[in-house]
Amino acid sequence: MIILGIESTAHTFGVGIVKDEPEYILADVRAKYVPEKGGIHPREASLYFMREAPRVIAEALQSAGLSMNDVDGIAVALGPGMGPCLRVGATVARALSVYFNKPLIPVNHAVAHIEIGKLITGARDPLIVYLSGGNTIIAAFVAGRYRIFGETLDMPLGNFMDTFVREVGLAPPYVVKGMHQLDKCAEESKEKKILNLPYVVKGQDVSFSGLLTAALRLVRSGKAKLEDVCYTVREIAYSAIIEVSERGLAHTGKKEVLLVGGVAASSVLRSKFEAMAALRGVDVKVVPPKYAGDNGVMIAWTGLLAFKHGITVEPERAYVRQRWKLDQADVPWGDP
Amino acid sequence: MTKPTYRGGTPKIIALGAEAALIKHTFLGMPAVYKVRLPKPYRDPKLDLRLRSERTATEAKIIHDLRLAGLPVPALYYVSLSEGLIVMEYVEGDLLRDLINRRVSGYVDLVRELGKVIALMHGLGVVHGDITTSNVVVREGTPYVIDFGLAKYSNELEDVGVDVHLFIRAVESTHYDVMEEVIIAFFEGYASIAGEERVKEIKEKVREIRLRGRYVEERRQKRNK
Repeated sequence: MIILGIESTAHTFGVGIVKDEPEYILADVRAKYVPEKGGIHPREASLYFMREAPRVIAEALQSAGLSMNDVDGIAVALGPGMGPCLRVGATVARALSVYFNKPLIPVNHAVAHIEIGKLITGARDPLIVYLSGGNTIIAAFVAGRYRIFGETLDMPLGNFMDTFVREVGLAPPYVVKGMHQLDKCAEESKEKKILNLPYVVKGQDVSFSGLLTAALRLVRSGKAKLEDVCYTVREIAYSAIIEVSERGLAHTGKKEVLLVGGVAASSVLRSKFEAMAALRGVDVKVVPPKYAGDNGVMIAWTGLLAFKHGITVEPERAYVRQRWKLDQADVPWGDP
Repeated sequence: MTKPTYRGGTPKIIALGAEAALIKHTFLGMPAVYKVRLPKPYRDPKLDLRLRSERTATEAKIIHDLRLAGLPVPALYYVSLSEGLIVMEYVEGDLLRDLINRRVSGYVDLVRELGKVIALMHGLGVVHGDITTSNVVVREGTPYVIDFGLAKYSNELEDVGVDVHLFIRAVESTHYDVMEEVIIAFFEGYASIAGEERVKEIKEKVREIRLRGRYVEERRQKRNK
C-alpha cells in the first residue's frame, strides 16, 4: 500500500510518500516559508504554499519513481494549524482525490508528529512530550486516544522562545545551524547567573506568559546582562518542561519518553531530558531533527495507519479544523 | 483516627515522585513519611536550591496550617530547609484513584467528601496545585489530601479555578469512563460548603481557563457567537 501525504499546517508545505513495508519512506519534499522579519504571516505563508504546491507534489512523485496511479490514498493534515495554510493543503488534497479517484484520509497533525516519532525511534508506549512552535503537550496513549496529561496554560514553548528572542532583537532567524537563538545567547552567559524571574508550574501544566513579560521588562530596564537573562529564561523554561514530564512519568508509569516536534531538536533540552531519564531509569527517544519539524512523511505515514483502520473522509466533507486537539482524534491503531 | 502503631522497621522508599523521594519510616516511634526534595541534575544548581528550599518551606507551613484548622491532611513532625526535608504522619489507606478504578461501593460519596475538603481548604486561602485522585488517601472513610508540594497561599479566583481545572483534567484522563458522575459529586460536596453561588463562579472561571488552552474547539465557537 502506498500513501501520499500533504502537510500545510504552518510554515511548511510538505509532501511525503510512504509504503507499508520497509524502507517505508519513498519521498520527502518540503517547501519552507521563512519570513523576512517577524513571525509567520498566515496569508503570506498560504500564498507561498500555492506557488510551491505543484512543484513539491511533482518532485515527490518523481523522487519516488511513481505516478499518481501507484498511489492508494491521499492523506492530508486537516488541523490543528493556521486556517489559510491548512486550506491550501486541504484544497490540493481534495482536488487530487477527486481527479484521480483516490480515497481521502484525514490526519491530525499532532498525532502525525507522534506516529512518525514512534516509527523512526521504535518507541512502543511512551510518554509523549510534544514541543513545537504551536504546541506544548505531555500526552500518553490510553484507550483509543492520545490523552493529554499536561500542557501549557498560555504560550507554547516554541512560541515563547521565538517571541523572546525576537523582542530582544536576536531574531529572525530563530534557529542558526540547528541551534535556537535562545540557546546560543544563554551559552554566552559566563557567570551562569540565575536572576529572579518567575518559575510557574501548576500541577502538570506550565505557563510562560508571566516569564516572558518579566524577562522582557528586565532586559528593557538595563539592570541585567542580556546573556544572563537568556540563561535564566532558558533554565527556567526547560526545567519547567522537564519537571512536568517527570510528573507525567510518575503519574502514568510509562517506561520511555518520546520527544517530538520542532523544539525537540535542541541539544541542550535533550541532554537535560537524558539526565532526568537516567534518574528515573527510563529511555529517552528523540525524533531526529530531519523528522522533528513539520513534514509530509508524517502525514502520509499516519494516513497509512488510519487507512488500514478504515478511516477516510468524503472530499466535500473534508473541512479544515484549526483547533483539532490531539485528544479529539481517534487512534484505533494505537494499542501498544 | 487510628491510633499510631508504635513499631519500628526498616526505611522503605514508597515513591520516587517527580518532586521528591518519599520514604516510609518511623519518627519518635510513630509511622512517618520522610519527604526529601532531592537535587535535580537537569536544573541549574542555584535554581535547584532556590526551588527546593522555597517549596519545602511553603509545603510545611501549609500542611501545618490545614492540620491546625482540622482538615484531613498529614500531621507535620519535622522540617529541615537546607536538606529539603519534611517529616510527616504516614496516612495508611487506599488511593482514591484505585478505589474508583475498582468501583468500590461508595466511591462517589468519597469524591463528594473530597469536594467538601477542597472547599474548606480553599476557604482557608490554600490552593493545592495538583489535586488528582492519586493524591488522596482514604483512611476509614475519610479522604486525606496529601502531597502539598505545589500548594500555595492564594485567595484569587484564578488560582482556585486552576486548582479545580487540574482536578477535572486529571479525572478526564484517569477516570474518563466515570468522569461525569465523579465531577458532579465533587461539585456537590464543594457546594455544600462554599454554596451554589461560589461554585457557579468557579465553574465559569474553569471554563475560561480551559478556553485559554491551545487549539480548543470551544474557543472558536465562542468567538463566532
